[in-house]
Amino acid sequence: MDQGVIERVDSVSARYNNDREALVEILRDLSKEMGYISQDAFAALAEKLDLPESAVFGVASFYSMIETKPHGQHVIRFCQDAPCHVAGGREVWDALEAALGIKFGETTPDGQWTLMTTSCIGLCAVGPVMLVDEDVYGNLTPEKIPDILARYTDAGGVA
Amino acid sequence: MIRARVLVSGDPLSLARGAEAVKLALEAELSYCGLLDEVQVGYIAQTGRKDVLPLIVVYPDGVMYGPVRPEDAAYIVEEHLYKGRVAKHLLAPPEVLTDKLARLPGREGALYAQKRVVLRRAGTIDPLNIEEYIAEDGYFALGKALAEMTPEQVLEEVKSAKLVGRGGAGFPTALKWSFVVQQAEKERYIVCNADESEPGTFKDRLILEGDPHSVLEGMALAGYAVGAHEGWIYVRGEYGLVCERLKHAVEQAEALGVLGENIMESGFSFHVHVHAGAGAYVCGEETALLESMEGKRGIPRIRPPYPPSVGFRGKPTVVNNVETLANVAPIIRNGAAWYRTLGTERCPGTKVYAMLGDVAITGLVEVPMGTTLREIVEVYGGGMRDGKLFKCAQTGGASGSIIPATMLDVPMDFPTMMEHGGSLGSGAMLICGEGTCIVDLVYVLTRFFVEESCGKCVPCRIGSLRILETLERLRSGQGTLADVQNIETWAQDIKAMSFCGLGQAAPVPILTGLQHFREEFVAHTQGVCSAGVCPVRSVEREVAVRNIKF
Repeated sequence: MDQGVIERVDSVSARYNNDREALVEILRDLSKEMGYISQDAFAALAEKLDLPESAVFGVASFYSMIETKPHGQHVIRFCQDAPCHVAGGREVWDALEAALGIKFGETTPDGQWTLMTTSCIGLCAVGPVMLVDEDVYGNLTPEKIPDILARYTDAGGVA
Repeated sequence: MIRARVLVSGDPLSLARGAEAVKLALEAELSYCGLLDEVQVGYIAQTGRKDVLPLIVVYPDGVMYGPVRPEDAAYIVEEHLYKGRVAKHLLAPPEVLTDKLARLPGREGALYAQKRVVLRRAGTIDPLNIEEYIAEDGYFALGKALAEMTPEQVLEEVKSAKLVGRGGAGFPTALKWSFVVQQAEKERYIVCNADESEPGTFKDRLILEGDPHSVLEGMALAGYAVGAHEGWIYVRGEYGLVCERLKHAVEQAEALGVLGENIMESGFSFHVHVHAGAGAYVCGEETALLESMEGKRGIPRIRPPYPPSVGFRGKPTVVNNVETLANVAPIIRNGAAWYRTLGTERCPGTKVYAMLGDVAITGLVEVPMGTTLREIVEVYGGGMRDGKLFKCAQTGGASGSIIPATMLDVPMDFPTMMEHGGSLGSGAMLICGEGTCIVDLVYVLTRFFVEESCGKCVPCRIGSLRILETLERLRSGQGTLADVQNIETWAQDIKAMSFCGLGQAAPVPILTGLQHFREEFVAHTQGVCSAGVCPVRSVEREVAVRNIKF
């Protein structure tokens, strides 16, 4: 097992005093810091907290903000709930799929983009809404999509 | 002495657009001009504008600049704060009401009068500064309760105010508290449910971002009333800013001694912890929330026993919604008699609604209970967008009921809506114009429940998926009348047999949609989507194909 992974798991777990009650928070921090939680990390954490590995994985897989698989460099989380849908979300979603050439849950072959959905993020007044990594984009229209995507791919073109 | 204040919008959208850089630039410029002692810079959370973010408001003049870039800071400081002239070309343009703007007057008398209780301070104080909260009567109620009232009197006041839970169910708050008081176990908890995941609902986010101390004070009062010394706030994982603001607020309150050990020398101690979720709709269900707080999968518990007897860590626990708790301090401060002058007799107080969809202005409003949907759409929503006709509204978020135009004039409060077969739920008001297809709307809502079902019980897990597949057939024009019948039967089964509130509420939009708009479902079996939304086979093409002679 990778020593670096063990050390990372130990340090995050120690942040919460190796408390089993804080398992969800530990997993969230790990997912955020490592991009996703690997099999090795699960094993290390299970040992640290003295829990079966299956129990740790079971908790992780339950929550949408805890990643158990690697994903692209940038992750798009698009809101598909009713308020955004009524505000024209479907057309924007179609434009996203077309622009990236991938479907829900897929990653582009160059590893740049992963397309996901999110449940409501509470910004319904400016729907349709999506998150690119941690940046919020509201009042979306299909025309805005290429422009937004270009900010992440063009050199120096970040908003 | 402070002679002016500069408030920078600090909501998520503004922060995403560089509000922090603007604030830093302002501070740097003020420091350069030697004005830091007389001009104060802070954040506000709820500005009511979305078109000109990030914006800044300069008080006492009340001048609004926006959108402001960091490089504008030097000019604004020099012109307005140094020379005392308004920097005209940077002024925020007057609000245009034809686009999608929220108009949320912070004070009564400005634009349309709202009766604000919960959102009274949001947008007018700096949420990062406890002194501003205290200056606006903050922690007065807690001081009053600790100095002059017994826990029983606090409970009695809330009971007499007839406060009911604002999370959706409308359960009497004082009754819930009294269940906890009756327990023999002395280790008790107050849990604030800030896992606001109901699509279309963002009132709790704005309350917590704009006025976090109001909720902390409500929790401490609840703790005093039921004899709990620890409070937990379960914040939705996606609400990073809320989490930050709350942690900051708790630190400030403990440093001042209005929370923590021996509050205001009264002998009463109350500690608040902030717990972040990790993305799961079902965790808004109170027992699932408790499971999640204990570090487990957020799967609902069997009920009874209910949380007031067996809750967090197996101890008696009050679980209240953010908006409910934000109502407690005003009730204690002003008295139950004052509170009962607001709203309806059966259901006093105000309600925060989120107006969404096909209205001219989207955003939050806080109005007294008993306000009709028509008033909300016409007065606060600025009417329907683009002159569309009102078709239906979905009230209360994804699990809310779909109501037709005939219910526009029903005075909305929890009991009255229930009597009319609707629900107030979380307060989301999704207004749909004539271009909305009910089958498509129900399909989107069902898809949400399929994704968010925790999978514990069969009716919810399998039933909602079967309904989704059938709706998909209807949308594509492949459905039959039997499919419509099946959807209705299954929806009734899911409602009757699901384990928790999520499953029991999931079929509500399906059933109410069928109740009021059955003819649209039937039309889809004929390949007709009158709104032109669904990818049904076009009728003309079908006829053309049939008429071809071979």
